[in-house]
Amino acid sequence: MNAVGTAAVAAQVVLVTAGAPLLTGLMRQVRARMEGRAGAGIGQPWRDFRKLLRKEPITPVGTGPAFRTAPLLLVATAAVIAALVPLASTATPVSRNADLIVVVALLALGTVALALAGLDTGTAFGGMGASREMTVIALVEPTILLAVFALSIPAGTTNLPAIIAGRIHDPARLASPAGLLAAVALAVVTLAETGRLPVDNPSTHLELTMIHEAMILEYAGPDLALVELGAQMRLTVLLGLLASLFAPWGIATSASVAAVVLAFVLFAVKVALLGAALAAAEVFWAKLRLFRVPELLAGSFLLALLAVTASYFLTGE
Amino acid sequence: MSAAGPAVVVAAGLAGVGALAGVFLPERWQPRLAPRRLRASVVGVCTAGLGAAGLVAGAAALGGARWSADLPGLLPLAGVHLAVDALSGLFMAVAGAVVLAVAVYGIGYAGHGTDARGVQAVLPVFALSLVLVPAAASVSSFLLLWELMAVTSLVLVLAEHRERASVREAGVWYAVMTHLGLVLLLAGLMLFAARAGGETFTVLRAGAGGMSPQARGTVFVLVSAAFASKAGMVPLHAWLPRAHPEAPSHVSALMSAAMVNLGAYGIVRVGFDLLGGGPRWWWLMVLGGGAVSAVYGILQAAMASDLKRLLAYSTSENLGLVFIGVGAAGMFADAGNQKLAALALTAALLHVVNHAAFKALLFCAAGSVLRATGLRDLDQLGGLRAKMPATAGLFTVGALGAVALPPGNGFVSEWLLLQSLIHGFAVPGVTTAIVLPLAVAAIALSAGLAAAVFVKALGVGFFARPRSDQAAAATESPPSMLAGMGLLAAGCAALALVPGVLGDGLSRAAAAAGVTGGTILSGGSLEVRLDRISTVLSPLWVAAALVAGVLAVSALTRLVSRRRRRTNARLWDCGGGAPTARMAYTATSFAEPLQRVFDDVLAPEQDVDVTPVRESAYLVERVRFQRRVPDRIEHRLYRPVLAALSGAGQAARRLAGGSVHLYLGYGFFGLVALLVALTVIQ
Repeated sequence: MNAVGTAAVAAQVVLVTAGAPLLTGLMRQVRARMEGRAGAGIGQPWRDFRKLLRKEPITPVGTGPAFRTAPLLLVATAAVIAALVPLASTATPVSRNADLIVVVALLALGTVALALAGLDTGTAFGGMGASREMTVIALVEPTILLAVFALSIPAGTTNLPAIIAGRIHDPARLASPAGLLAAVALAVVTLAETGRLPVDNPSTHLELTMIHEAMILEYAGPDLALVELGAQMRLTVLLGLLASLFAPWGIATSASVAAVVLAFVLFAVKVALLGAALAAAEVFWAKLRLFRVPELLAGSFLLALLAVTASYFLTGE
Repeated sequence: MSAAGPAVVVAAGLAGVGALAGVFLPERWQPRLAPRRLRASVVGVCTAGLGAAGLVAGAAALGGARWSADLPGLLPLAGVHLAVDALSGLFMAVAGAVVLAVAVYGIGYAGHGTDARGVQAVLPVFALSLVLVPAAASVSSFLLLWELMAVTSLVLVLAEHRERASVREAGVWYAVMTHLGLVLLLAGLMLFAARAGGETFTVLRAGAGGMSPQARGTVFVLVSAAFASKAGMVPLHAWLPRAHPEAPSHVSALMSAAMVNLGAYGIVRVGFDLLGGGPRWWWLMVLGGGAVSAVYGILQAAMASDLKRLLAYSTSENLGLVFIGVGAAGMFADAGNQKLAALALTAALLHVVNHAAFKALLFCAAGSVLRATGLRDLDQLGGLRAKMPATAGLFTVGALGAVALPPGNGFVSEWLLLQSLIHGFAVPGVTTAIVLPLAVAAIALSAGLAAAVFVKALGVGFFARPRSDQAAAATESPPSMLAGMGLLAAGCAALALVPGVLGDGLSRAAAAAGVTGGTILSGGSLEVRLDRISTVLSPLWVAAALVAGVLAVSALTRLVSRRRRRTNARLWDCGGGAPTARMAYTATSFAEPLQRVFDDVLAPEQDVDVTPVRESAYLVERVRFQRRVPDRIEHRLYRPVLAALSGAGQAARRLAGGSVHLYLGYGFFGLVALLVALTVIQ
């Protein structure tokens, strides 16, 4: 069991790292085609990554250790999350420690590291991005934890593999009102956490509307490559988490090699579909004004609260 | 024979020696001899020893030892009763550890007025009262020590009263509010003692069962209001954000990390132990107050640009989280679920320990900044990581604890608190179904805002470039201050990585409060074991994985990239050229989006003053813009009361016209009225 489980964890990390740029490439391609452009191809983010890695590492004058370690920490948290979340298998050596609250907190840790790096530059844009990002994070947190609460009630634990295994064995939980409400709430939160439309525009070129991009304006070369990779990995992992929670079919609950391989294939398909759907939806969305974002997040908070109360009142205890 | 007794005696002895040294030693030795600040050094060493003794006594009690002493001769009529069980042991150990580290720090912390005779003589007494309040075992001893703590801390808060007028104002607020709290406490405990038929805690414990529910409820409401005020719970918090920033920083650390805890101790001691638990509404009140304080406190902290005020509001938030845990524990105990109650109470107590560690560290680091720059205003700080690298690093450790993210120590207890609330859904009843999700949301919102608050404090205060000449000229603190902070940082790291070592002690403390649910934490990892379920958090594992991840990413990047040498370059800033410090984001601008989002709650006041030039009304000479975010509760709740009081006072002055005839007339009519009243009643 352990050999297969360990291999599955390693494969999850490798697949997320290698696949994240491809997912972004796919999403850009879908978007380009829907807008009537040819697009740069799915492999373009990888080519960008290689190009940036070859460049000279730059330390802007006046920045400190926070600026240099933030990209490393961003990628490291994303990699640890990729190892913890049962994307393909629930029977892994780390499954005992894969707590949903820890996953949420690690995501926030990456964001905080990047916000500190933004402030560390001492530029107006860095501070602006950090300030906006922290505002969004502060408002996202209640929704996430309430959704966690709603998901953990039927399973009786916040342990992620246990929740997912419970959902595989009892598919009725997926279609329950609580499950659906939590799914919508988490989906909104995922958009906010990963800086997608309508909360933030990942391809914006207007500094005043930026959130994520404003924080990382001073990065160049390999540092920028890592920041980009980290952001892409976070998107992949969060989409994977959504897929695992709300479409858990195919995730291996035992240690058989065939099941794990099948699970990886299904994982890739599910995340690609989710990414393509998100990219397609983004074509039709406009970015919300910054001070309208709290309304969106308040709405998702309400959904999460409804999910918790629904799971109490509808389970008939 | 446990170590607790001798340790308490040693602590008391050292406090006496320290106080005497504070009174009689000269302030300075001859300039060439080694400890130049003689008085502060001797007092600091005595206080540190006192703290160590308190830590030993508390640790012995946490290990299961019990100790009690009756000293009938020490106080006329009542005598002094001391008793140490695991619950008192926990708070004694926390207070002792904080006193130890902060006293070491205080040796080097030379502020204006902190070396004065009165201040140095009082410091060891305050430290002793912090250690001994949890050991009191009768109403009179408790009140005596409680008042001793209040009065000595008041003297310490006023230490710098010659420097700033705001210190005096803070002192008045603190004196009035702490004594109003004392009145409530006195009323509640006297009622309790009268109904229970004795004043030692043993008698109270035995007599509580025979009291009517109304009497029990009255006692609990009075006493918990007093304790909530000491813990800085909204709306009784008004003294805290004034007194903590104005006190010398090592005193702020003692107050914020050790004194406010005793509010939580009081509620647990009286509510769980002496009254033996109570109906649900008691605990809903505690939980609700905690949730409101958590969110309101951290929201005000997000708006504050004074570093120490920010930390003071964060204390309000963290004690709010503790009260959420205590309230939840009471609710679960009332519902008969002892295991869940033990889980919630353990989480609350662990948060007390964690908060003490990181808040003492943060206040000490803020003190170092204040000492080096003379500034508390974040808007004028910045760039300190280059000038004071050790202090910046230590502040980072503390901030990591405060933001409740792994691998910080605050995360561990907040995780445990969330677990207790999530699993609390097993308790049947509509109340839990409504209250628990809201409590989780309050914790989550306060955690999210805390992240913003400490990113602001660290990023604006320590990173970027200096925004003032004082910040640019900052120098690193002396070794004793760094050593004190190092002790606290080591405590934070230990609590963050191996919180399980406290497991047995916390269970004993919960059991001493009458909540027996077995060991919740064990070994290096936290394991929540309830009837059906178990959940695990291994902080050590998470930290190791993060470190491994960072190292792996760094190594891989270096392996793949071709040019390894980093070159310096000018900041790009979108081609805007080298930005000046004035262009950098300040704490106020950082908090602006949050302030807009929570506009309706915070009700900021803004004032635009346009002065046109004399010749034409259309040409503007000067625009003055002012925005303040006042503490709304203080404005809406306290100002009217204060205004009414002073109005009544002004009106009463008309009675005293200065005429002796008038006063004689008052005396005459007063006497007649009294006699008439007596005849009517008789």
